[in-house]
Amino acid sequence: MDSGVALLTIFVLAVFVGFEVISKVSTTLHTPLMSGANAIHGVILVGAIIITGRAETGVELGLGLVAIVLATLNMVGGFVVTDRMLEMFSGRRRPGQVETEETRR
Amino acid sequence: SAWVDLAYLVAAVCFIVALKALSSPKSARWGNLVGAAGAVLAVGVVFASERLDHLPLIIGAIALGTLCGVPAARRVKMTAMPQLVALFNGVGGGAAAIVAIVEFLRASHGELLAALLATVFTVVVGCVSFSGSMVTFAKLQELITTRPIVLPGGRWIGIGTAALTLLLAIAVLVTGLTPAMVLLALAALVLGVLVVLPVGGADVPIVISLLNAFTGLTVAASGYVLGNTLLIVAGTLVGASGTLLTRLMAQAMGRSVTNILFGAFTAAGPGG
Repeated sequence: MDSGVALLTIFVLAVFVGFEVISKVSTTLHTPLMSGANAIHGVILVGAIIITGRAETGVELGLGLVAIVLATLNMVGGFVVTDRMLEMFSGRRRPGQVETEETRR
Repeated sequence: SAWVDLAYLVAAVCFIVALKALSSPKSARWGNLVGAAGAVLAVGVVFASERLDHLPLIIGAIALGTLCGVPAARRVKMTAMPQLVALFNGVGGGAAAIVAIVEFLRASHGELLAALLATVFTVVVGCVSFSGSMVTFAKLQELITTRPIVLPGGRWIGIGTAALTLLLAIAVLVTGLTPAMVLLALAALVLGVLVVLPVGGADVPIVISLLNAFTGLTVAASGYVLGNTLLIVAGTLVGASGTLLTRLMAQAMGRSVTNILFGAFTAAGPGG
């Protein structure tokens, strides 16, 4: 298979998986799920590390390092804040808490 | 090599399992940990497999991001969590845009059109996601008013900026010039601000969710530019599930996504 077509195949299949896996999410989990998905796209850190590791000019290096800091914030911060949101689901069950806190605004 | 691709496959499966587990209250917390494990594995693989220059600087930058991110996420009050998520989402979009710009600077201009198209897409959507998320952060943090901000003639400013962004995108695709790319990034940053300013406070979480899906798609596109399958899978998963989640959230609140977004461009503006 041509490599462009192979990547397109992966993309299309991932779209279907992405729709399918969250189709039965309960309303109380909307915000934590968004936060968890947000942390997952922090994996752009992988790309940021690759481009910084190949940097040849000062501009490339500087931009790459900024990208690494931002991506790390996204990934590490994202997983930690999601875990804190979910603490309340594991102990006493207070469903609706997250949802009402923000929708009340 | 093969084991790198296998490790990326394991990380991708971790992300799928994480999203699935996050959809049900019993397994949600465990699911988040599985996602984190996948991310750590992915970063470990990069360090093990790539020949990286500037290694001390790279590790220093990761340490800096961690030292800022963990305390912020630990100390934030429950009520302030949505704006922190918005902030984290925005910086992710910014990171994706920067990755694409650096890749654009490196590549000489005999590039494939498809790769250039993916680069332009990443820069535009990543910048919109970055600046848009910063505005949602400012709204939720009440740094600016949570009420819709409708500029005089806002509709025409919005349409004008969107048209300018499109023209600059075409200019980059045709000429491949760096100044055009810089202007494109700036125009997209302004566009992100203009799209989110007119959104009312109650609708902001839905917009954050939408920008989250946008960032996912930019990560997928930059994965295509870099030829990295894990970024494609992870980004697409978030892009697709984030789009569906945005619709579900809007439905739960009895709102329509197009109304929220394009209410900005109608004369009356949304009812807040």
